[in-house]
Parts: sequence; C-alpha cells; structure tokens
Amino acid sequence: MSTTETKPAPPPVEKIKIKVDGREIEVPKMTPDWQGKMQPTTMLQACALANQDVPHYCYHPKLPIAGNCRMCLVEFGTPMIGPDRQPVKNEDGTPKIAKSVLPYEPSTPRGAIACATPISPGMEIYPSSPATKQMREAVLESLLINHPLDCPICDQAGECKLQEYSVDYGKATSRFVEEKEHKPKQVDLGPRIMLDDERCILCSRCVRFSKDIAGDDALGFASRGSRNFLTNFPGKKFDNNYTLNTVDICPVGALTSKDFRFQMRVWFLKESKSVCTSCATGCNIVIGSRENKVYRYEPRENDAVNSSWMCDAGRLNYKWINSEFRLTQIKGPKTEWSLALRDIAETLRKAPLGSVAMVASARQTNEELYLLKKLATKLNALTDSVPRTGEGDKLLVNADKNPNSNGAKLIGIAPAQMGSNLPKIAEGIHSGSIKTLIVFGEDVTKCGISADLLGKLSTLIVSDILPNKTTEAAHYVLPGCAHAEKRGSFVNTKGRVQRFMQNTQPKGNARAEWEFLHELVYDVTGQNGFVSIEGLFNQMAKEVPAFQGVTWAALGDLGVTINL
Amino acid sequence: MSQEYRLILKNADQPGYTTDMDCYLRHGGYGALKKALALPVKDLPDGKKMTAQEQIREDVKASGLRGRGGAGFSCGLKWSFVDRKSGKPIYLICNADESEPGTFKDRQIIYKDPHQLVEGMIISCFANDVHLAYIYIRGEMPDGARILKKALADARAKNFLGKNILGSGYDLEIYVHRGAGAYICGEETGLIESLEGKRAYPRIKPPYFPAVLGLYMCPTIVNNVETLAAVKHIVTMGSAEYAKLGTPNNTGTRIVSVSGQVKKPGYFEVEVGKATIGELIFHEKFGGGLKDGRKLKAIIPGGSSSKVFKAGEKFKLKRKGADGQMTAVEVDMLDLPYDFDSLQQAGSMSGSGAIIVVDDSTDIVSVLANLSEFYAHESCGQCTPCREGSLWMNKALHRMSHGHGRKQDADYLLNIAQNIQGRTICAFGEACAWPVLSFVNKFKDEFVAKGAADEAKNHGGAGPTNEMKIAASPRAD
Repeated sequence: MSTTETKPAPPPVEKIKIKVDGREIEVPKMTPDWQGKMQPTTMLQACALANQDVPHYCYHPKLPIAGNCRMCLVEFGTPMIGPDRQPVKNEDGTPKIAKSVLPYEPSTPRGAIACATPISPGMEIYPSSPATKQMREAVLESLLINHPLDCPICDQAGECKLQEYSVDYGKATSRFVEEKEHKPKQVDLGPRIMLDDERCILCSRCVRFSKDIAGDDALGFASRGSRNFLTNFPGKKFDNNYTLNTVDICPVGALTSKDFRFQMRVWFLKESKSVCTSCATGCNIVIGSRENKVYRYEPRENDAVNSSWMCDAGRLNYKWINSEFRLTQIKGPKTEWSLALRDIAETLRKAPLGSVAMVASARQTNEELYLLKKLATKLNALTDSVPRTGEGDKLLVNADKNPNSNGAKLIGIAPAQMGSNLPKIAEGIHSGSIKTLIVFGEDVTKCGISADLLGKLSTLIVSDILPNKTTEAAHYVLPGCAHAEKRGSFVNTKGRVQRFMQNTQPKGNARAEWEFLHELVYDVTGQNGFVSIEGLFNQMAKEVPAFQGVTWAALGDLGVTINL
Repeated sequence: MSQEYRLILKNADQPGYTTDMDCYLRHGGYGALKKALALPVKDLPDGKKMTAQEQIREDVKASGLRGRGGAGFSCGLKWSFVDRKSGKPIYLICNADESEPGTFKDRQIIYKDPHQLVEGMIISCFANDVHLAYIYIRGEMPDGARILKKALADARAKNFLGKNILGSGYDLEIYVHRGAGAYICGEETGLIESLEGKRAYPRIKPPYFPAVLGLYMCPTIVNNVETLAAVKHIVTMGSAEYAKLGTPNNTGTRIVSVSGQVKKPGYFEVEVGKATIGELIFHEKFGGGLKDGRKLKAIIPGGSSSKVFKAGEKFKLKRKGADGQMTAVEVDMLDLPYDFDSLQQAGSMSGSGAIIVVDDSTDIVSVLANLSEFYAHESCGQCTPCREGSLWMNKALHRMSHGHGRKQDADYLLNIAQNIQGRTICAFGEACAWPVLSFVNKFKDEFVAKGAADEAKNHGGAGPTNEMKIAASPRAD
C-alpha cells in the first residue's frame, strides 16, 4: 500500500561552485538531459537554479539541443590560468576571471549559448550584463526583421515567445528598411496542422519533436539562408498521432492547430488542470474554455505520465462536452433533484436484496465509483463496468480506452476480468431475478443487455451525459457531468492516482455525479459521507486498501503512484 | 624570394605528366607510403618504444605543418586531439570542398596529381589508425571526382589500398563522396553532416568536436587536400627538412591563388612567408602586376571572407631583432610576408591562400555587394544571426549599389555585421561579417559619400522611398 515511489537512496551529488551575476551558487555537476541521461550541467540549467531565466527559442528540455536560435547567448568568464598552469589570483586572493572575448577582437565579449555550454568550476556567468542584453537584443531584432508582425490575426498572440521577449529586448520601431522575405503561407502540412512559413523562426523544435519523439521524420527545412522554410516531404502529409504537439512547442505562430485557429484569443481562455480521459494513460492536460465552452486541451508536463506531450486523438476528444445533445434535465416521474433522489432512494430501499444490479463506468471517477460501491454493498448488487479496448502505441496511447479501469477494479465495482459480470446481469434480468438496474455512463444495449431486456426491468435508473438507447429506456435519467465540469480522480494504467479540477459549469440542470450520489447514498444507507471532494477522497483512501495513506492534498498537480 | 618553390606541384604542370598510376610511379610515387609502412619501431632513450604510426604523427607535429584549408591550425596538434581510447573507429575525411571564392589550389592537385593526395591520405590514415576514409569533393567538380575514383581504383589494384596493404597488415578503404553543392559543406562539421546524408548544418561545439564526436559520432579527422598532400612530403623529406622550408612557425610551401585585376591571375606555390603580398601581385613570375594605367585599390588576402587590405595601409608587426628582442616594425600592406602569422597580426588572415586584387577602376560598394550576395546565398540558415544578418547586409548593399544608398548605411552595415561575428554556430558568421566590417571601416568615406550622393539625387534625404524598397530586393533564387 505504499503511496510514493520508493527508490534507493541517490548517490551523493557532486557539486560545482559557480557565480551567476556575481552571486556564488553550488550546482550539481551533472543534470539529466532530454532523455534523462546524466550530462554535464549547462549554463542554462545552472542559471535556472540561480533563479535566472535565460531566454530561448530552440531549446526545449524534452528535445535534443539544437543551439540555433542564439537567444540564450550569455557573457561569461572562466578562472584565468597562468603560464605555470596555476590559477591567477587578484590582489585580494580571489581568482582572476578571464572573460570570454573574440580572439580577433579582444575588446568584444564572446558569448556562449547557455543551452549547450557546460559549466566548469569557478565559471562566472553574466545573464544580466549589458553585453548579454545586447546579444539578446540583436538576436531578437534579427528574428523580427523578416517576421510579418501580424500579431492581431495570429493565434499565437498572447502566448508567443517573440512577443514575450520583445517586452524585454525589443524596440518600438524597426530600422529595417529593406523588403521582407516572403514565404509560403497557409501551408496545409497535414490534416490537423497549418503552417505559416513567414512566422517561422526556424528553431527546429517541430523537426526534432517529429523525428526524435514521435519517430516520424516528417518535417525538414528547404532552401538556404534567410530563405529557409519549414516543409514536409513532397507528397507526404504530416499526419501522425502526435502532430499537434508541434503546435504547443512552436514558440511562435508558425504552426497552428486547424481545430483551434481563429476560434478564441488565448488570453480569454479560462485554464484548469485536468487529465485526459481518452485512454488509461491519463495524460495531464490543461483545459481551456471561455463562457462555459471548451476550446482546447493542451498537454501539461508530468514526467511520471506523459512528459510534455499528448496524442492528437486525445487532444481533440473534447467536442462532446459542448454537444447540443447533452442531457440537461432529469427525466422521470420527479424532475427536481431533491424529489427525484428521494423517490429513487425509496425504490432502492424497498428493493429486495440481490434484486438490484449496477453497471458503472470505468470512465467515472474514483469518488463516484466509491459511492456507487457503497450503494451496491448495501443492496447486495451485482456490479460491473464495461471494458473498452483499442490500439495502443509505444509512446503514450494505451490499448485500454477507459481512463479509470484500475480505479473501478481497486474499488471493487468491476471484477478482475472487467465485463465478466455483464452476461450474469443480462441473465438475471432475463430470468427476472434482477428487477432494478442502475447504469452510470454506459449504453448497456451495446454490451449484451438489449433494449428488449431493459424493457423487462421494473426500474431502470440511468445517469449519463449524452442520450443513447439506455437513457431512452430509463425510468429515471439523471444528467451528469463531463470531467471538465467537476472534480475527481482517476487511477491510470500504471497506478498513478491523478486528480483533475473543474473548468466549466455543468450544463442546464445537470449535477456532478459525486454530489448527487452522496445524497443518494445517505438516503439509502443512512451513512453520511463528506460533502466535499477532498473529504470524500480522503474517506475513500481510508476504506479502500489500495489508496491507504493517500490524501487529496497529497495528489497535488502530478498525482501519486500506488501499488496495483 | 620572388620565385616559386614547387614541392606539391613539382610535377603537376610538367609536359607529359598525367594522372595515371604509371606516371606517378615513374616519378617515385608511393615511395613515401612504402617508407611509412616499413618504419621500424623506434627505441626511445627512456626505454619506451615508438610505433611507426606514432613516429609519423610526431613528424607531422615537428614539421610545423599548418592546415591549408583556412584556419591555419597545426595539423599535428589536430591529430593529437583525436580520441584514441573510445573504442570506436577513427575516420579521416579529406576536405576537397574547395569553395572559398578566389581559391583554386586544391583542384590543381586533384586534377593534375591525384595520387599525391591519395598517397598523403593513406599515410595520414595509417598514422592515425584509420581504416575508412572519405574524400568529400565539391559537387561542382565532377571531373575531379572521376579522376579521384580512378586513382583510388588504381591504388587498390596495386594494393596501396584495401586489405593488408603491401603486406603490412594494415587495411584501408577510401571512398569519394561528391558534395551537394554548398559552400557550408566545406565547414568541417557541416561536411560531416552532409557526408552522413543530412543537410550540411554545422554542429554545435561543444559537444560535437570532430576529434571526439565526428562522423557517425566517432572520432574524426578532417584535413584539407593540400595539407594531406604535404604529409607525403614530410614523410619523404623528414620533418626537419620540411620545416626548413618557409619561415619559423610558417613552414613548408603553400599554393597561392592570385585572381582579380592582375595581368597574370594564377596559382603559385611558394615557401610560406618567403614572398610578400606585393611580390605575389606585382612580380612577373607571379601576378605580373596590375593592368596598364591602373592603381591598386585593395586586396583581399586570404579568400573572400578575409578582411580586406586597403592600398597604402600600414601595419605594426612584431619582429624578433638580431638581439632576440621583439620590436614593432611598420610594414606597408604590400610588404607583408605572405604567411599565417603576419597576416593575422595585420588583422586579417591568409585563409585559403587566395589573393583577390582590386584596382582603382572598381566601385568598392559594388565589390562588397557582390561578396555579400555570395554569403547571403550560401548561409545555411541554421542559426539566427548569420541567417538573417547575411541577407540583411546583402539587401542593404544591393540597395546601395543600385542608387538608393543613405548616409547612415555605413554605420547600419557595421552594426549588422557586429551582431553576427562571434555569435554563430560556425565560422560562417565571421566569413560574412568580416568583409562588411573591413570594407566599410576602411573605405567608410566612399560608403558615406555614395549614400549622401544617392540621397541628394533621389529625394533630398527624406528617408527610404518605395523605389528604394523595390530596388532593395536582390534576385530571388
């Protein structure tokens, strides 16, 4: 029941003393690189430890280093070594520093790219010096001379590194009086990606991502010099399941998502930390919405789960949240929540033990499943969930398409062989031993319990988000919430317990399932639970062995791994 | 000394001398290789033993041979940086991508005496325990590639290449690889990328120093054609004899390409530092002087990327006097000995050994515009300062040379160039910035006057006009 990763004690970290802007700090000699291999710590990493952000475009911590944008050039010096190979000292005994200068012009500092240059003992880095600032200004100016400066119609505006660094290193006016280079615009790279080559700063992040992360060497540069442009191979579309990550890592507005472009200015988006529900991987995401409409998912970094990436299929799997067919009202004899729940509770209390069965969904949260399990225990109900499988891949996509199969199993709603109770439930309805069926988030007509069979039930209580054959046959339909509209937690395929936050409001009269289930459980069992998601989770963690020791607060943004 | 000293090109231009193996053998060819392979292990005073390979490496270091490609770096030192303990194969690449404007020396060796290069390469490979080597030849020299391929095939037939060379137990294969046609393919890490089948984007250093992480991430030596040819002569003559050629720290011979506005453009092999720039331009055995009635305006001393010298420019050179003291001597540009160190002291470089002569009939703005067009076209475009700066300078110079200059363009150009040099992945940044920096600084009055005249003529100095912007678009390609 351990709650956090248990690793052997790490070996002592060898440290190096350097100075950043005159302040001495000790930094590890080695730092993990983009693949997690230990490599000599770079100036950029050292500066980050000294709380000095070094601006950059091409550098990305999860990609091989390219060193091409030159924005991270910093002035630096190293301890001077005398002819006797001994360090030269100042009068006060401190080591004399030889600033790096151009060999052919010793009055001019020679910067080093912080992203690729390893630190050495005694090194001094000057990320705030006038020379460093001048180098950054020059690089930024170079990047902008041929840039179309079309921020008002660019989707990247608001989250664009050119804009951000322009605040610090840009000028209000340009001295560039020549004609700008013109390059292809609205290039249809693939089914999900649109390219504007004039905006591209040729940082090669997308090229490296496609080749080294997605394993699809699909992008490259053509032509030469300032006329370079990004392109895909002739006749080949940029179409793998990870293409939209290139839009995220594009520091400018060159690569845009066909799905998101021109839909919403990013500064209007309300963003919340959440988890993707398209498979059991549970990629960490940020949901962006405005006025209760979800506009996009973006991956959120979590090295224990998805690094900084997510698949295109998962990313675009949000449209159903905004569907016009969403269930928004209670359907049944009573259409107000308090009355309907009391009515349902009455029915369930009266039901003979064993006459109730329950099909819950492995797309539901741990908290909801836990409450349903309470109900099932009280009613001695046969329970199950519906397995969903598809194709997986080597990077992120899992073959299990339910986001919370492990939660359903650990909490005891689903048997070890998920779906193996479904035929028994069908048989029970057929034979008449099961009179009442509770269905959450599944269309059971697709898994062996036909509409005819449902017609034999005396009570069918269904909660769902969108209408289907099962909701049509229901005596009671309780409108529920998409994960974007509520809080909760899932257990991913590797046992990572991850929580997600509410982003939008429930549609119409719908309510978060855990809220109304909490009332129903009280009404049926008389047990009072917690009225907050924190309390509910913590109570579950105490009662369900697999979660022991975990608290809602401890889940944090990145989750906690439990033993499966 | 106003005459050639032909060592590498000794036979090349002799009547009847061909590229055939037999011809080369008749002239003592592959003797140096046989000598190298047969070198006995040497006993050192301290009881250690020195293998044949170590002896050759030591000889090359002692000879003072400096790279003939452009940087003039000590060849022996370069070889000594090679990581010999990595367990990975060591590769040697002959850089035959001769592309620096004004330079036409390596191709003389390739076209006229290819076996000399092959022999020098085999010896260099043997000395460095290389078993696979490449000749990366410029794509625009298909004849050269054909000649080299034939030479290699002939060498293979004679067992100078292949398995167990001449019974020595040493195996070596050399392949010719034709470049894809870009100046940047001559930059050693760009060349390696190109050889690996990729775009010739130079690699960042650190970490990709070829001596450690070169071709296929293995230790790699990249040497110029002329450098490798010289190795053959060092083995033949011995390092001490070779070092007697030329001047201290600038040993051996160099093939100098003289071009531009001289009567007799051509290539001349001289002892390094024994001829002055003036001799190379004006002496009848070399460039033969300017065209009649012309005066010297400028020379570009070491390939188009080197900093220009203005006629009449004087430099202070440090010279060792008879008493061993260093004294500063004032030297006219034309009296500079054509060697590595003097030109460096004069703020430029001998680079690829190419002197380009400019006389007073030439508009200096147009010369620079022409050079900058080359560099804008050849920038690989990988890193920002060079990619954007090279075309920016080109556009400004094109505008200036098409009658739309401005008074401030001189400073505008200087500032753009200053923002490139020293900030790029490879030395191309310097290559495109140095001509601009040196031309504009040294001929600033001409640049300012041109801008002022254009402003007065066009619109009385009211700033850029639409016509200026239209004129500012260089040819697209």
